Amino acid sequence: MTLMQIAFLIVSAVTILAAWGVVVGRNILRNALALIVAFLGVAALYVLLEATFLAAVQVLIYVGAIAVLIIFAIMLTERFMKQERATNEQWWVVLVASALLAAILIFLVGAVEWQVTSAEIGGQPIADLGRALLTTYVLPFEVASLLLLMALVGAIIIAREQEEA
Amino acid sequence: MIPLSWYLAVAAVLFSLGLYGALARRNAIAILMGIELMLNAVNINLVAFWRYITPQQFIGQVFAIFVITVAAAEAAIGLALIIAIYRHRQTIDIEEIDLMKW
Amino acid sequence: MLQYSWLIPVFPLLSFTLIVFFTNRHKTLSARLAVGAIFLSFLLAMAVFFTALGIEGLAEEPYRSAFSWFPTGKTSLEIGFMVDPLTAAMLAMVTTVCLMIFIYSQGYMHGDRLYSRFFAYISLFTTGMLGLVLADNLMLAFISWEIMGLCSYLLIGFWFERPAAANAAKKAFITTKVGDVLLLLGMLLLYFQTGSLTFETIFEGVNHLHPNIVLAAGLLIFAGAVGKSAQFPLHVWLPDAMEGPTPVSALIHAATMVAAGVYLVARTFPIFTAVQGHPALVPVAIIGAFTAFFASTIALAQNDIKRVLAYSTISQLGYMMTALGVGGLVAGVFHLITHAFFKALLFLGSGSVIHGVGTNDMMEMGGLRKSMPLTFWTFLAGMLALSGIPPFAGFWSKDEILSHAFDHNQVIWLVGTAAAFLTAFYMARQVFLVFFGRPRNTEIHAHESPPLMTGPLVVLALGATLLGLLGVPADMPLLGPLLGNNPFHHFIGEAFEATPFNPQVMGISISVALAGLALGWLLYGRSPLVAGQTDPLERLGPLWVTLKNKYWIDEIYNATVVRGTIFLADLLFAFDAGVIDGLVNLAGKATVAFSTLNERFDTYVVDGLVNLAGKATVAFSTLNERFDTYVVDGTVNGIGKVADILGGELRLIQTGRVQNYLLLLLLSVLMLVGVFMYQ
Repeated sequence: MTLMQIAFLIVSAVTILAAWGVVVGRNILRNALALIVAFLGVAALYVLLEATFLAAVQVLIYVGAIAVLIIFAIMLTERFMKQERATNEQWWVVLVASALLAAILIFLVGAVEWQVTSAEIGGQPIADLGRALLTTYVLPFEVASLLLLMALVGAIIIAREQEEA
Repeated sequence: MIPLSWYLAVAAVLFSLGLYGALARRNAIAILMGIELMLNAVNINLVAFWRYITPQQFIGQVFAIFVITVAAAEAAIGLALIIAIYRHRQTIDIEEIDLMKW
Repeated sequence: MLQYSWLIPVFPLLSFTLIVFFTNRHKTLSARLAVGAIFLSFLLAMAVFFTALGIEGLAEEPYRSAFSWFPTGKTSLEIGFMVDPLTAAMLAMVTTVCLMIFIYSQGYMHGDRLYSRFFAYISLFTTGMLGLVLADNLMLAFISWEIMGLCSYLLIGFWFERPAAANAAKKAFITTKVGDVLLLLGMLLLYFQTGSLTFETIFEGVNHLHPNIVLAAGLLIFAGAVGKSAQFPLHVWLPDAMEGPTPVSALIHAATMVAAGVYLVARTFPIFTAVQGHPALVPVAIIGAFTAFFASTIALAQNDIKRVLAYSTISQLGYMMTALGVGGLVAGVFHLITHAFFKALLFLGSGSVIHGVGTNDMMEMGGLRKSMPLTFWTFLAGMLALSGIPPFAGFWSKDEILSHAFDHNQVIWLVGTAAAFLTAFYMARQVFLVFFGRPRNTEIHAHESPPLMTGPLVVLALGATLLGLLGVPADMPLLGPLLGNNPFHHFIGEAFEATPFNPQVMGISISVALAGLALGWLLYGRSPLVAGQTDPLERLGPLWVTLKNKYWIDEIYNATVVRGTIFLADLLFAFDAGVIDGLVNLAGKATVAFSTLNERFDTYVVDGLVNLAGKATVAFSTLNERFDTYVVDGTVNGIGKVADILGGELRLIQTGRVQNYLLLLLLSVLMLVGVFMYQ
């Protein structure tokens, strides 16, 4: 077992525990805080995968933006911060089904012979990624920008307080 | 070297947890958080495949970036919807939002 | 150039869309759009046609372009177009005739409430025809075929406020559908056997199939053509279809839609000739020749100006089928093209007449030669072409068919020649009745139609006069070499059987045509009918009545097919009712009914046979009426009850909670995964 593998196990254990904390428990604010930990764990996984730029993006966007947004929403709907029952009536069915899905997926992951290459990442990964985004993938890139703009405008319109008639 | 299947297994567990959260929680915000978890799991897969199968091409990373973009948009719109519903009906309990009921 | 030919049907489709969605309120704009679109198609078709003329050997190596539409298991359905000389010639013909008809319609339909809608429909219709012509596979051909079927329904029933038009539309749709279903079966058979619907692959594939399968496929395709091209016994819809506006009659029932059947047979000709001895062509020839003769006899006794032309169309389509049936593909297609011109001309001319006098009844007309000179002269050109008088177009194409038939089967030739005689006769009758003599209805003040209508007539008349010269037999002395050794045959493909020049047949054709005209002049021209005078043909007695009633085919269908269907429905209902009421009830009722019947039977014996028959009829209709009530009530109640029960149970799933729905989705996915893993 290499050092990397040990690091991976620790990181993934933290991530999964945090994710567990996201979905279980009655206090939604605690869930949100656990979500931040989970996001950070995923960022760490990216680092292990040598995708440093993505790790940075993950921290900036998920932790810095989405998690904060979620916490704002929780604050705005404070009455629901703690509920009598956190889950609906079908939770046990979902639990069984999700567990089954996880089992199947893990079984499949183990069963498949992955065509892994041992090649290293060449050149300057971040610069190359930037170049790829603005050349080969420039159209999806622009479309994604447009999508963000629309989401921005749409979110404002949807959430804006209606003027009293 | 960490085997690829480990990453995939972690992603599978994260995805299933997110799925549970999205389908079993009553609080709309909790559902949204579950969805975010699922999207993260997908991203782990994409990046892991990129690293282990086509490290010379950036398609996996590019895809992950687009998924993050979509996730951001989804979070913004989703939360805006939740606020709007809350303002309108004084609830974000998904069990009480059943306009489509027979 | 050829790679752009797919645009030809796109223009009218575009104008259809634009009219339906945007310009429906602006009548003039809609008409301009439609005419402009068809004009673009016309230009492009001409460009394609002349490009095709310049390509040597296009018949053997047609231009093809296709893309995979959607995968179906191991194979994928391809959709695409091809251009070979047959296609190019048809494109040129269809777009020219359609352009003329579109221009004409602007005048004819002027002031109609649904003016825009009319142009939308005929645009879509043209799209269908052009799509069929360009299709390189049965899939696209069938789609276009059905578009045409739909449009013919919409256009025949265009004046749907009139019950006759609505009924004619239904009749056309259902009758052609009989053929369509068989065509679909043929398509499925071919797809099943060759794994493809592309013509090229099918033609290659049929050579390796069992002859009986190929024969069956050919006959099924022919059945489709019988429906569309109004061949006996599915011809009944076409005369009724004259209830539509006259440009529609010209468009659908002369130039394009009915031609589709002939075209389909010509296009799939290799399927018919794949088997040794060509058994699949035998019914084609027989039905064609029979229809040619049969329809021309009915045309003799019609007084509606458009119905005469309708039966003549059926008869001429019979000629084309005959030509294909005796292996004369070039002759058949040649007649198809010349016929499209002169029949469109005749229909538009009759439309002009109807526009001028306001009635369809030839007995009300007469003497229109002076008041409608342009219509008269163009109509005369069409009439001479149809009668087969040289040098008009119809002569050359009809003669080519007859020479072909003469070489293959003299009985068919004889039937065709007899039909040619009748054709000349009824056309003479029509022209003399409509244009000569004095007006029989003095209340009608005929006037010439506007230039928008007469212009197309002149163009089509030119075509009807000159087009035939393209297909003069190559070995005809003097004329053949002079006119380029049958350029039409050369263009369509040297591989197809050439028609030999046969002075004997040609002589007989000319003489029977002249004899027909002469007889027509004797009966109707020498002393034109005056008002109130009966048709001289009525002296034929029972034969006249038979012809007048079109051999009672409609009545026979009514009595057998329609009644049979209704009777079967009643029978099935009675069975249902019996089962529901329970056996005891049924037995009891049966006993009562039986004793009642017995009692009545006794009474009837006393009353005598005549009385019996009458009462039986009444009883039967009462029974029918009751069944009707039960059918309606029972079905409606039944459907309601089923919906109620189903809804009561199924609505429980509709909790309105998104998470419920998603859970169901998740479980379904898991089940699917399970299925895949199990495999």
